[in-house]
Amino acid sequence: MTPPHDLEHEAPTRAVSLQAAPGSSHDHLDLDDRRRLLHLMLTTRAIEERGLLLYKQGKVPGSFYDGRGQEATAVGATYALGADDPVCPLIRDMGAHVVKGTSTAGILGQYLGRAGGVSGGREGNVHFGDWHRGVIPMVSMLPDMMVVATGMAMGFRMRGERRCALSFFGDGATSRGDWHEAMNWAAVQQLPVIFVLENNQLAYSTPLTQQFRVNPVERAAGYGMPAVTVDGNDVEAVFDATREARLRALDGGGPTLIEAVTMRMHGHGAHDDAAYVSPEVLAAWQEKDPIVRQAQRLSALGVDVDAVADEVKAEVADALAEALAMPVPDPATILDGLYCESEPQIVGRGDAPWSGHGDEAWGGADA
Amino acid sequence: MRPGAAPMPELTYIEAINEALREEMRRDDRVFLMGEDIGAYGGAFKATQGLIDEFGAERVRDTPIAEAAIIGTAVGSAIVGMRPVCEMQFADFVSCGFDQIVNVAGKLHWRSGLAAPITVRLPAGGGVSGGPFHSQNPEAWFMHAPGLKVVAPSTPADAKGLLLAAIRDPNPVIFIEHKALYRRARGEVPAGDYETPLRARVVREGSDLTVIAYGAMVHTALEATQDLDASVEVVDLRCLAPLDTETVLASVRKCSKVLVVDEANEVGAAGAYVAAVIAERAFDDLDGPVRRVAAAQIPIPFAPQLEAATLPDAGRIREACLDLLEY
Repeated sequence: MTPPHDLEHEAPTRAVSLQAAPGSSHDHLDLDDRRRLLHLMLTTRAIEERGLLLYKQGKVPGSFYDGRGQEATAVGATYALGADDPVCPLIRDMGAHVVKGTSTAGILGQYLGRAGGVSGGREGNVHFGDWHRGVIPMVSMLPDMMVVATGMAMGFRMRGERRCALSFFGDGATSRGDWHEAMNWAAVQQLPVIFVLENNQLAYSTPLTQQFRVNPVERAAGYGMPAVTVDGNDVEAVFDATREARLRALDGGGPTLIEAVTMRMHGHGAHDDAAYVSPEVLAAWQEKDPIVRQAQRLSALGVDVDAVADEVKAEVADALAEALAMPVPDPATILDGLYCESEPQIVGRGDAPWSGHGDEAWGGADA
Repeated sequence: MRPGAAPMPELTYIEAINEALREEMRRDDRVFLMGEDIGAYGGAFKATQGLIDEFGAERVRDTPIAEAAIIGTAVGSAIVGMRPVCEMQFADFVSCGFDQIVNVAGKLHWRSGLAAPITVRLPAGGGVSGGPFHSQNPEAWFMHAPGLKVVAPSTPADAKGLLLAAIRDPNPVIFIEHKALYRRARGEVPAGDYETPLRARVVREGSDLTVIAYGAMVHTALEATQDLDASVEVVDLRCLAPLDTETVLASVRKCSKVLVVDEANEVGAAGAYVAAVIAERAFDDLDGPVRRVAAAQIPIPFAPQLEAATLPDAGRIREACLDLLEY
């Protein structure tokens, strides 16, 4: 049997050293923001922990996928977005749904395949998006949504709307042709789009060394696109890098690639025990847990982090009761909605909880 | 034509497409065009000729050679309020954008309620010595994928009316244009705004035998059957997905004999589905087998002699009709 990957020592060389994002996030985050970031990460983790439990109880069909250990990346990046900035999450990005305001009951109902889940049982586990709130439902082919985000950005440009789009994807997705097409297209047309590469060290079982020779963040220069590497387990650093990328996008400076370095702490799915990862590597990353880190920061500032955790616990418990009471979908409806039969609705506005959003918004999809 | 109306202008098939694009861009500022070399050059076949002069490079967009991105960015722009019309330089190249059509655009509404109103124009078909990569008829690939509409006009008037209908349709529409018709097909095209319904049309009424075709094969079927000593009905499908089974079955029930013609490779083709629908739902009305004429199951060859031996022609259609009329 192949020995487990020693990921730390096998990582391809990188010219960009791992560092916190430039600038101090404290300039842009007040204490309520920082507390809210903890709340959002705790909610994300609580939803996924509950989902995994439901899966183990046999209540979730198919398999189960989570982003444990990566909460800071999805939450931090999405937190920088405005209400009119749509996001394309992937399977480790439950935090993006949470920040945009997707209901927790709707997410749990989604896991359960219930009629009241976000996709009404049509889509499995994390393949959904509450587009009324600016979350675009992902597809499994990688990184297709990067191209779709590029197209949304192109639409904003053509419509004269001061907005940007953001797409997440993983290290494995950088090997496919759509990654190149999106990077090149966005750079050529200088579109307001942010690409967030979640480097979680693994694509299913494949380590970085078998994925690429040159780190993708270094490839960005070849496309003529600025790129930055941030600590993906530091929610404030991810926020700040995204905030800067967003300002660049809104001001006509074009796309940015952000590499958030993190670790997938669970298997690819609940069916995968990830025996190919050495326990020492996981233990080292456990020490960098993003939620623990943010809680420690806030404790030092006198915030009652236990109170935040209690709030989340109560919210998720209520949502679970609601989700479990949802009916299963009606098989008689399977043919409905194959085609759109009326004037199409367009992507709507999501929550934008960051205190720093002033009057910069273009006016809103509903305006 | 309405009594007293002015005679309609005669346009070629490609002029009708150009006119539809121009008129719809004037009418709806959400409509824009994307493709390779469609701007100043006017497209490989000149379908977009002159449009950049009127609408500018923002609405007539030359793109990198990136079919997945052409279609994927079209979806992205559509879900935030635009109405993109994409050109694949040749229909064959759509395989590079297949995933974005089938997995992103086609499934989006059913799985989420979010619509993707995009049109993808495919210059398709053989008979032009294009060889294996410039002659394909890929419509069946997209008929098989749920959520897409597949449209294939055979005349200039339908090319304009169906293209206007496609652009306004709230769903992703694969619009199959036959290259051999671009300049050979000429006919009256109503001026101004009209939409052709996504339904089949009986081109010539008959009572002894139905020939079902679409695209360029409609013309071949008409030619093949014009001198037959029988009353042959010719049906132009016009829309392959969703299929107008009502018109197909009504014609078959009337004539009791049917030939289905595809220019595409015969296996799993549009005509194979049409034949299956007829066999399943009109068996009792048939006086003979459901016959098909289609391209041999090989890549489309380059040399004219080899290509002619591969694609259906009037002779093969006529022969199949004569066989059927014997029943």
